[in-house]
Amino acid sequence: MRLINPRLALPILSLAILIVAVFWLQPRAMSYVGINLLFNLAVPIALATVAQMIIIMVNDIDLSMGAFVSLVACITAAILPGNPALGVLMLLGCVLAYAALGALIEARQLPAIVVTLGMSFVWGGAAVLILPSPGGTSPVWLTAIMKAKPPLVPMAIIASLLIAGVAHLLIMRSAFGVRLRALGGNARAVSRAGRSTVRLRAMAYAVAGCFAVLAGMALVGLTTSGDANIALRYTLLSIAGVILGGGEFTGGRVSPIGAVIGALTLTLAGSFLSFLRLSPDWQIGAQGAILILVLAARLLVRQAEKRT
Amino acid sequence: MVSGDTEAGARAAPVVMLEGASKSFGALKAMDHVDLHVSPGESLGLVGHNGAGKSTLVNLITGLFAPSAGRVSYPGASDHRMAGIRAISQEGTLCPNLTVLENLQVVQRDLNGWGWRRVAARRIRTALDAVFPGHRIRPDMLVADMSLAESQMVEIAIGFAEGPIPARLVVLDEPTSSLDAQVSAQLLAHIRRFCAAGGAAIFISHMLGEVFAVADRIVVMRDGRIIADRPTSGFSRQGLVDAMGHVADDRNQPGPTAQARNLGDTVLRTPEGIEARRGEIVGLAGLAGHGQAEALARFYLSQGSDWRSTARPSAVFVAGDRRRDGVMPVWSIRRNLTLAALETLTRHGLIDRAAETAIGTDWQKRIGIRTPDMGNPILSLSGGNQQKVLFARALATSAPVVVMDDPMRGVDIGTKTEVYDMIRHEAAQGRTFLWYSTEMDEILNCDRVFVFRDGAISAELEGPRITEENILAASFEFGDAA
Repeated sequence: MRLINPRLALPILSLAILIVAVFWLQPRAMSYVGINLLFNLAVPIALATVAQMIIIMVNDIDLSMGAFVSLVACITAAILPGNPALGVLMLLGCVLAYAALGALIEARQLPAIVVTLGMSFVWGGAAVLILPSPGGTSPVWLTAIMKAKPPLVPMAIIASLLIAGVAHLLIMRSAFGVRLRALGGNARAVSRAGRSTVRLRAMAYAVAGCFAVLAGMALVGLTTSGDANIALRYTLLSIAGVILGGGEFTGGRVSPIGAVIGALTLTLAGSFLSFLRLSPDWQIGAQGAILILVLAARLLVRQAEKRT
Repeated sequence: MVSGDTEAGARAAPVVMLEGASKSFGALKAMDHVDLHVSPGESLGLVGHNGAGKSTLVNLITGLFAPSAGRVSYPGASDHRMAGIRAISQEGTLCPNLTVLENLQVVQRDLNGWGWRRVAARRIRTALDAVFPGHRIRPDMLVADMSLAESQMVEIAIGFAEGPIPARLVVLDEPTSSLDAQVSAQLLAHIRRFCAAGGAAIFISHMLGEVFAVADRIVVMRDGRIIADRPTSGFSRQGLVDAMGHVADDRNQPGPTAQARNLGDTVLRTPEGIEARRGEIVGLAGLAGHGQAEALARFYLSQGSDWRSTARPSAVFVAGDRRRDGVMPVWSIRRNLTLAALETLTRHGLIDRAAETAIGTDWQKRIGIRTPDMGNPILSLSGGNQQKVLFARALATSAPVVVMDDPMRGVDIGTKTEVYDMIRHEAAQGRTFLWYSTEMDEILNCDRVFVFRDGAISAELEGPRITEENILAASFEFGDAA
């Protein structure tokens, strides 16, 4: 057995380079509080990235991730604190809706990109209905979890490790995860083996929905309020995170650990640019440039691999 | 679970029974009133021309299709899965993104819960060791990282692997198409062992030698019907070919070496040392996977530019791996055919539809593509006809050099003969062919042969020196304990 997947080498390297660069620019970040500040906003992004990764793993793409996470955030901030039962029910409904979408996409052979693009408007509308103006509060227990200060290691790091570990076990090691990845690798083989592809795709979407719900809740736990537009950029961030983490758009080749590393890298890239005192006008462009740089490096590594 | 015992004389209950089974797809009758029993211990060879109904028969037996009329039953079991019927198909049913043992999990439903990886690894390793002793496949290898031959070996091993329902009938559809001779022999030996132990097998191959070696009963199909079903001893090689309705046997084709042709100047030279003259058919031989395909790809890619295309390419490529390098699966037959010649069909940036249709009709006639309408999707054709379209795609250009990457893999003799004629005709017109082939009779048809071993040319043979013995001698390394 290989100890480390060679596909993970580059994501780990890019994250390490960014961390070193940030610490070099801002040595004060090299502390418990500093690290927590750098990474705590990465937690919801990491969860959303894992959700997106599961969708990409079954050869689909989810353009409604940001809108869906925003809707979850609105439910969490507006309904969960006052009426926990209704709130939980609604969040459960969100997961079921995702499963239904997956079943629909497979049964009718619809392109996921169109279905999720359409659904992003539905999620967005529902979010505005639930929380017309920014506000609400975070349930006390949620804030307590997200802002906990465990000794030695900051919460953000523990949470990231936990997400990566759980996702890895579920997707890469369990029999269930193998079946879901098989759907992305060769759907015909799966149906020939007598398994229902509709059921499997619905399951994949349900699992993705669970991670996305956790992302929305984690986000509210950190910001302590909700907003219908709070997570719109998560759609593209999550896709970028999956690809940064060594995943492929087609063929079911993904890496949950890589996806979490990708999410951390993206978050850190933002902080790095702030430490550089780059004007906010240029930051998005610069973030894109970092992304292109990492992907170009990955391409070069792959080509070198092929030649040997 | 089956009541029948295997005492001599007492016939055990069949694993599968077809009674008057028919299957139609729209107006097309793919199978017409077929009666067939396969009993434990039997090894059945299934032969027939492309489109004879072999695949349909297999799909009925393996439960992929339901018959349109008649009955398919599995005595003692409720369905094909409970009956222990396993299929190893031609198209590859592995998931490339999974490891070997994970692929076993996709088909075997009892691999769940804690420790399933250990069980799966043991089952697949045992099966690989039994079928292909000396293989170098590890259960944790990713299928995407394996060669075509290795993934085919894995697929076969999964078919024979121990599972919740033991394998009682294994259907092998062209299982040796990308295996070399030594590995194929291992497989044939295993099928015989499996049947001797009470298993049943249906073996489909266009290599009649293999069918004779493995089958104790041969079923010949033509036009969706079984036209002969006798013990193997009741067939001769010639009789079998005649029964399939073919006029040509691969043995009595006139070698082009016999027909002296005027060859032109040397038109190409590659860094590996391959040379070809104008109008020459150059064969690349040797065991599969010894660098022939790579040499072809390097040559072909060096001929064109990544940046612009030209109406007069200097080389065209005929793919062997149709799915990967060849067909555009959602396009029509005509569009697939005219793809390489597109530049010549373009006027003011638009495609001349009339000219496109003309080329399509012309080549349909010249190469014999069996379809009522060239506007049908390419996947409606049988494999052999798809391959003809890829040939036509290459030949429809004006390119002086045609590069062929083992394009006749899994193609029936009839199609082959037609394409051989076409190649000879085109060579006589001054086209040069670079032909990588894993089949000896194709190599023997070449004017000059380069034999590859371990990524380099180990022999260059010309004229009367192109013999099976010489090629084999150059392919194998003697004194090497392989």
